Amino acid sequence: MYVYDALDRRFVAARVEQFRDQVARRLSGELSEEQFRPLRLMNGVYLQLHSYMLRVAIPYGTLSSRQLRTLARIARTHDKGYGHFTTRQNIQFNWPSLEMIPDILAELAEVEMHAIQTSGNCIRSITADHLAGAAPDEVVDPRPYAEILRQWSSVHPEFSWLPRKFKIAITGAPQDRAAIRVHDIGLQVVKRDDGEVGFTVHVGGGLGRSPFLAWTLRDFLPEKHLLAYVEAILRVYNLYGRRDNKYKARIKILMHEAGFATVRDEVEAEFERIRDGALELPAADVARIARQFALPPLAARPAASPREDAAKAADPAFARFVATNVTPHKVAGHASVTISLKPIGGVPGDATAEAMELVADLAERYGHGEIRVSHRQNLILPHVARDDLPEIHAALVAAGLATANAGLVSDTITCPGLDFCALANARSIPVAKDIARRFADPARAAEIGPLDVKISGCINACAHHHVGAIGILGVDRKGEEFYQLTLGGSSGEDAALGDSAGPGFPPERVADAVETVVSTYLAHRTAPHETFLATWRRVGLAPFKEALAHVGR
Amino acid sequence: MQVVTANRLIDGRVVFRDAAGRWCEAFAAAAALEAAATTQAVAESARDVAARLIVDPYAVDVVATPAGLTPTSMRERIRAGGPTSGSEVAAPRLDRAA
Repeated sequence: MYVYDALDRRFVAARVEQFRDQVARRLSGELSEEQFRPLRLMNGVYLQLHSYMLRVAIPYGTLSSRQLRTLARIARTHDKGYGHFTTRQNIQFNWPSLEMIPDILAELAEVEMHAIQTSGNCIRSITADHLAGAAPDEVVDPRPYAEILRQWSSVHPEFSWLPRKFKIAITGAPQDRAAIRVHDIGLQVVKRDDGEVGFTVHVGGGLGRSPFLAWTLRDFLPEKHLLAYVEAILRVYNLYGRRDNKYKARIKILMHEAGFATVRDEVEAEFERIRDGALELPAADVARIARQFALPPLAARPAASPREDAAKAADPAFARFVATNVTPHKVAGHASVTISLKPIGGVPGDATAEAMELVADLAERYGHGEIRVSHRQNLILPHVARDDLPEIHAALVAAGLATANAGLVSDTITCPGLDFCALANARSIPVAKDIARRFADPARAAEIGPLDVKISGCINACAHHHVGAIGILGVDRKGEEFYQLTLGGSSGEDAALGDSAGPGFPPERVADAVETVVSTYLAHRTAPHETFLATWRRVGLAPFKEALAHVGR
Repeated sequence: MQVVTANRLIDGRVVFRDAAGRWCEAFAAAAALEAAATTQAVAESARDVAARLIVDPYAVDVVATPAGLTPTSMRERIRAGGPTSGSEVAAPRLDRAA
């Protein structure tokens, strides 16, 4: 894992003291709320419905056991005993007191964490494939590049006051687990036949009230030009992006209004001007940072684990857990384990301090002290031996953390919604709980198979509902909560925006509507392995719309 | 009828203005006001903004129900009562005067 150097440490420590001073000046009255708001937002501090909320960056979704224990301690000391993992691989604390936030940031700095650029109109914390470094289909580990981008973008003087926020996601695998096509910049690390490493560069994706899938600006950008090219994109956006209307200020709107070719030509012209200059990435620096992300020493093991097989034969619950929550690893005899934060009836993405500590312990004992946060709001032990799966599962069962639903209907992506968020129009969490309870039966959930349900409580689409196979959007209809469905979306390499499934539903009918969609899929699929999206693409909207017409509204 | 609400500066908690002009966490303590009195109460709240007790005071529509006053909008009902579905819902709310 990446370890801060002296410069990183000084930078983060200085930022803590700067914010401590800003909070003191706010509390003394020297700063008004209007003056303080942009300063607190630059440090991840929001004022939500019930309290301040602190959003802490987990760069590229990678955590150590030590860091996770610190998050647990903060949850216990400064919150109500839990934290909330988000779709951007961050953690949010819902109940901190403003006067304590500088101390929280100081605690975070001790374990090389911070809340810098988790909010505000700047380049936000960079997200990555949660299986980076572990997945068998990965070509190159994207995290060294994410770290390079983090260093380049941290308080970048030119890009600290952009027209609007700017999100970058990166993957090094052909299977897109990082939703790169719905980010302002989506990068895929690729390797050419001649062995040269570079990037496919996607630009202008985004959801919210105007959803767009990204345009591909470059099929292959050589590694050494990463920063110059990204800087050129940001510079063109900063210059031409709209500042007159916050709803039209993202780069996707610039791409849409000015046209792909115009933006590409501007970016290429700026890139030509600045390439081969100070931003050229020296191969030695890339190698130095990449070494910090080296795979832990995983002992060679046989591909099959007799211990795992025996446990599967003896315990159907373990067998189900392996089928859903365990994915293959690039090293034989190893696996990545998803710890679902979607217990049936629980709050999606929430983890108690005790749960975080248990996961930290398991990571230390079985997984080389490494944990990942996925944009699907789950935790992952990326590097474990298959022989250890029975013990890991038993410990998770004892802690109530063994829900075998990764990727299934009840593994929803869910924003905090109107229960917490000042922007929301409708609640998300109760809807997610209803759906999870409806599909709680493991046998039925397994029969249905992978199906992603994404629930946003407003048009800002934090839960990515447009790219859910089943997307649910909460709206306010004459003072009442109301939920609209979109179908057929995907955030993967086959990215697609969902189609509206017609008029919406009151809260108590949403689970019925989802059930109807699922039944329609099961009735139309040609075989159990035909995915929802494959069926959807074959039969289209009509049968779903027809079936939904019979759900009460 | 309306009540006046804000968030407390130091910890962000939701507070309501009572009949004596104090800020309380309990919605039940809020003073229910007619339009003219609401305008005056919001105006007076500016003093408490300047005094660094609260941020962003505003008026909320409420209606009388058999169970007492309740905000008309879902958003304000959730602000008044706390999250309906969060992990902490079972936990007691602490009351602390501003």
